Amino acid sequence: MTKASVADAPVVARKAGGRSAVRQSLIPGSNPRTFWIYLVPGLALLTLIIVVPLIWNVYLTFTDYRGIKPPEWVGLENWVKLAGDTTFWTSFSNSIAMIVAMVVVPTLLGLVLAAMLFDLIGKKFGGKIASFLRATYYLPQILPGVVAAIVIGWILRPQNGALNQVLEGVGLNGLAQNWLGNPDTALPSIMVIMIWVQLGYPIVIFMAALQRVDPELYEAAELDGANWIQRFRAITVSIIRPEIFVVTLTCTIAALKVFGPIYTLTGGGPGTSTIVPAYYAYSEFFQSQQVGYGATIATALTIVIAIVSVVFLLAQTRLERQEEER
Amino acid sequence: MTSTIIDEAAKAPVVGPPARQPRKRRSSTTRKTLGDWMILVVAILIGLLIAVPFFLILINSFKSPADYNAAGPLTLPTELYLDGMVNFWQRVDFPQKLWNSFFISSVVAILAVLVSLLNAFALGIGRVRGRTWIVLLILLANMLPQEVLLYPLYFMFKTVGLYDNQWAVIIIFVVIQSAFGTYLLASVLGTFPKEILEAASLDGANKWTMLWRVVYPITKPTLSVLVIFFFIWTWNEFLIPLTFLVSNASQTVPVSIAVLQGDRLMDVTTTSASALLGLLPTLIFFLIFQRTLTRGITAGAVK
Repeated sequence: MTKASVADAPVVARKAGGRSAVRQSLIPGSNPRTFWIYLVPGLALLTLIIVVPLIWNVYLTFTDYRGIKPPEWVGLENWVKLAGDTTFWTSFSNSIAMIVAMVVVPTLLGLVLAAMLFDLIGKKFGGKIASFLRATYYLPQILPGVVAAIVIGWILRPQNGALNQVLEGVGLNGLAQNWLGNPDTALPSIMVIMIWVQLGYPIVIFMAALQRVDPELYEAAELDGANWIQRFRAITVSIIRPEIFVVTLTCTIAALKVFGPIYTLTGGGPGTSTIVPAYYAYSEFFQSQQVGYGATIATALTIVIAIVSVVFLLAQTRLERQEEER
Repeated sequence: MTSTIIDEAAKAPVVGPPARQPRKRRSSTTRKTLGDWMILVVAILIGLLIAVPFFLILINSFKSPADYNAAGPLTLPTELYLDGMVNFWQRVDFPQKLWNSFFISSVVAILAVLVSLLNAFALGIGRVRGRTWIVLLILLANMLPQEVLLYPLYFMFKTVGLYDNQWAVIIIFVVIQSAFGTYLLASVLGTFPKEILEAASLDGANKWTMLWRVVYPITKPTLSVLVIFFFIWTWNEFLIPLTFLVSNASQTVPVSIAVLQGDRLMDVTTTSASALLGLLPTLIFFLIFQRTLTRGITAGAVK
């Protein structure tokens, strides 16, 4: 939006609030307040399914609860225990490894691959090859997590697993090992698996977003002598920025609360080498029956995720506003 | 309409002249250099690497256990062995599990998109006050680790008699999936072309009509992408269906596969066959709707 159109915004808006362009709905003459009714079904369901259990859970963090006898109030005991719990801190440092494997690598690689497929392969070798490759990259995303774990489990297993057989086949016997059973290789193995699982998601979203880029913009840049990398940075990245935000945020959330692969592949082990907060909470909830402490871990995790999301969304909103005022 | 680019590109090699001849449009960009070929080779290699586990599932699903024990996981089957698949199919009553998964996933996909659209209409187009915080509140559904929900929802659904009922799972996932949908759609609708809405409001359309006659048709490509995502995501969910669908007859495909893993009678090739059957439905679904994904995730197509 140009400056002129902001200045032209209807007078109603300026009366309603300070920053005219921001307070106005996109439909001329209709007050944002009248849109609340559209939020009613969504927010009602949200309250029932998410907010109530969340509050219930926060209450449990102040109790000793084994699942049978009614919860017993213990104040901050669980939280004090949490602060000194090394397993808990290990689980969070493993979360950072998960962020690298599920956010950093897939987003960067996804950006390059999406641009490569859309821009080079799609245009020079035909859209069919590009969409075939995209579908291949997306395959692991459609694989049910449980099924993926079963398959990966027998590819990586020490006796006659496919990976060790391949290594032996090419004469690298020394590298063959119990990939998920060795504390040194378990976490890196999980990271590789997560990159494999995640990569297709940013590619599909970014390729869809790239269609919004006006091809004439590329042609103009090309005529101006911009090379592929310059075009990629100046045009591609800036135009699909909203999608980059969506992908990074949703993947970060997914990485922080990753559960399925750990549950099915390693159970957090060997020792605590692959434990993550969500799995630790689960094992306290359902294996140790320490429901109060499980709730505390889960709540701490939720707080971390919420803080990350707030920072992200505020940054995104600020960027959008800057864009609008430009 | 930028949305047709991919389709044009896809048709071009078929309809257009062979690549050797000079093309009418953008002839300079279709010339392939050595570097282009190298990039194509790299892209194909990455694709093969990603697909390796799928080839392994495929070849081991049709192997007899004896064959597997003798030759290992990497060889092609010596004969077509279907017992593993038949065995799994009958043991879990696969058609019933397929229907359960299909029913739950499609209802969730449609309802969640509907809820997302209503939310995003208020947030993106209506620009309700404090919308960043509302989006954040809604995103809580996505942020909470699912284990948190199990105890409270178990008690709640038990009280209203919905425990072990597929509708319990449906309601939960409508909320969880629509959180993502709301976030994505609200940011997309935030950039909705004002001119179109202005024109419609000059024609005297009210908000409800505008939502269904203007916003809905234009965002349809994004909505269909969401339907596909929601369907696949819900299909693949494990923990909540495992907890809330205890009776065998209401279980979903992934749950039925996982439950069988503890079974000592399951040999490796039956496991592989179950993996193949478990991934085929989503694969077919994905291939059918592949083209929809290419039509774009944003309403920007109208620009």
